[in-house]
Amino acid sequence: MSSFIDTIVDFLVRLLGIPQGAAGFMLILVAVVLGVVVFLFTAVNALVAVYMERKVSAFMQDRLGPMEVGFWGFRGGKRFWGGIAQTLADTFKLLLKEDIIPDKSDRKLFILGPFILYGAVFCAFIGIPLGYGMAISDFNIGIFYVIAISSVGVIGIILSGWGSNNKWSLYGAVRSAAQIISYELPVGMSLLLVVMVVGSLQFHDIVAWQEQHRWFLFHSPFTIVAFVIFFLSGVAEANRTPFDIPEAESELVAGYMTEYSGFRWAIFFLSEYANMAVISLMTAIVFLGGWLSPVGGLLRLFGVPEGWYYLDGSLWGVFWISAKAILFIFIMMWFRWTWPRLRVDQLMYTAWKVFLPIALLNIFFVGIWELIFA
Amino acid sequence: MTTSEAIRKNFGVVEAEEMVLNMGPQHPSTHGVLRLKIRTDGEIISHIEPHIGYLHRCFEKHCENLTYPQVIPYTDRCDYLASMNNNHIYVLAVEKLMGLEVPERVEYIRVIMAELQRIASHLMAVGAHGLDTGGITPITYTFRDRERILDLFEYTCGARLLYNYIWIGGVSHDLPPDFVQYATEFLDYFEPKIVEYNRLLTYNKIFIERSADVGVLPADVAVNYGASGPVLRGSGIDWDLRRNDPYSIYDRFEFDIPIGTGEMGTVGDSWDRYFVRVREMEESVKILRQALARLPKDGDVHAAIPKKVRPPEGAIYFRGENPRGELGFYIISDGSPKPYRLKMRSPAFVNLSVFSEIATGWMLADIISILGSLDIVLGEIDR
Repeated sequence: MSSFIDTIVDFLVRLLGIPQGAAGFMLILVAVVLGVVVFLFTAVNALVAVYMERKVSAFMQDRLGPMEVGFWGFRGGKRFWGGIAQTLADTFKLLLKEDIIPDKSDRKLFILGPFILYGAVFCAFIGIPLGYGMAISDFNIGIFYVIAISSVGVIGIILSGWGSNNKWSLYGAVRSAAQIISYELPVGMSLLLVVMVVGSLQFHDIVAWQEQHRWFLFHSPFTIVAFVIFFLSGVAEANRTPFDIPEAESELVAGYMTEYSGFRWAIFFLSEYANMAVISLMTAIVFLGGWLSPVGGLLRLFGVPEGWYYLDGSLWGVFWISAKAILFIFIMMWFRWTWPRLRVDQLMYTAWKVFLPIALLNIFFVGIWELIFA
Repeated sequence: MTTSEAIRKNFGVVEAEEMVLNMGPQHPSTHGVLRLKIRTDGEIISHIEPHIGYLHRCFEKHCENLTYPQVIPYTDRCDYLASMNNNHIYVLAVEKLMGLEVPERVEYIRVIMAELQRIASHLMAVGAHGLDTGGITPITYTFRDRERILDLFEYTCGARLLYNYIWIGGVSHDLPPDFVQYATEFLDYFEPKIVEYNRLLTYNKIFIERSADVGVLPADVAVNYGASGPVLRGSGIDWDLRRNDPYSIYDRFEFDIPIGTGEMGTVGDSWDRYFVRVREMEESVKILRQALARLPKDGDVHAAIPKKVRPPEGAIYFRGENPRGELGFYIISDGSPKPYRLKMRSPAFVNLSVFSEIATGWMLADIISILGSLDIVLGEIDR
């Protein structure tokens, strides 16, 4: 399958009758446009997710959440959508705030930090398909690429923690480095198991396999364990409660973000929510069949013949994958607004002594399972 | 136990270069304006030095220039989470110095207010301890219920935080109509909520991991430092001034004194101190139910208020159990309308002194949790 970007370029080249020599220029143009699209996607994702977080937390805490900032019928009252423009207003506030760079900070690193962090998440989005054929570039090593590139973000965190010249920031940065590196392993191991069964690192192949067989979540008891380990480690990689020790507002003030304000801080925020989206999308694709409709499987279970209306297709695919991802984002929020935070050593304990051995054993057992049942 | 021994005991042998860190006075979790000067060895804290005084308002010196009734609003501001208890104990001290008898109804009203305030204060402590361990939701639940108590106070005396309600020889306002009914409704509403806190926080696995076996305060250390209140009882010592040195009318009520049992870890750990507070709220509910049932129907709440407060020459130390422990007032009177000297023994100040003893050798995240379990109020520590 050729990638999305090539398809578009080919289409435009043929449509506009551009000579073959200018196709390279066209490629750059399309790449820039798609880059803007990904940026907008992360921005809108953050807008919606922040609003969702506020409302979810509010309802869990017996509050109403933002109720005032809105327009037309979307403000005030006790309706769910009251205050729908709150995050938009917050965005403008952040963009208009004074840009403060502390005097004694390492200026270059301080500025560079948030952009590296955001850049890593941004690049991860390139490899993630949002529907059949809807990846900007569908690598044949997609899973590997996304995991590798999203852990580059930790460099951004370390730079900003060090560059802030603040002890709290440094604490946050070092904690973050230790945490993300530790949780890379369980994440990798639980994905390895899926790769082992499918025999491909490409997202499309994994979904295609699930279409032919069944979703990985329901494939065998061991994949359920792998799913739990993957998702929890993903929560840790996204620095969310109960693994949010790099920010740990009750201990470290705001961790590596302590000295940041205004739009630089907004970039951190953007990355955090984009990271959540990456983790949720990955979980949805790898374990829950990505853009496959759950309705089809259900109907098949009840003996409805093939070819019936399964709510499948490109747009429905986007709908299903979004629904699954939003479910996982909601679960992350649920964690955050219910649980206290783990301590550093407990966090490491969980990663190295619980998740990693189980994930390794899991690979072994899945191998046996496949030998017997496949 | 020396520092390095403590570190080895808790975390094995790890030593590196140390960093000095100022925690506070502007820090989200130091419960006000406490400054902790800590020496850290990576995450592990090898030395803690609490610096206090950022909220010092010369309370005791002020009192020498105020008449006895004028001191009451200042006691409000000492421990602003337990103003009613502070009023109560100060007023009892002055009354004892004057030999004043107050009507039965006044005694009951005072105990009702003091116990409601105790619940409100413990709600704050429980929620804040949850917040210190990283759980944001518990405090919103406890605040929701604390709000109802503050509403009752507002209904009674118009103020929600600093009441100046309990006066020498009486109380400022009689109970409003239907107060007993509203208070009973609150108690009926509140009792099931304690179960809710337990489900959400007390028995949460992560919370237990974070607080059980952490910051263990052995009973002998607690006694040697003069700790009191839930901090002392958390270490398994059955000592409550309401029962051991009864004042006001506390000897007429039946209630238990919850003590730390080491249910989740060691006796005297953070979890025990926390859970003592949760159970004390249940006991306060018991006292409140008895007091509301026995409250005399009529009686003038201003009957015994003296025209001029002029205690005879002499000195008195009077102590009572406020939510944080033993609150004592030492008053020297020279027969004038103003105290010659007033010394306040604040429980949180004494409880804080034990902090560096029990928190050294733990991790950065733990000292926040231990501090939360001591439930300090800086207004009272600095006075």
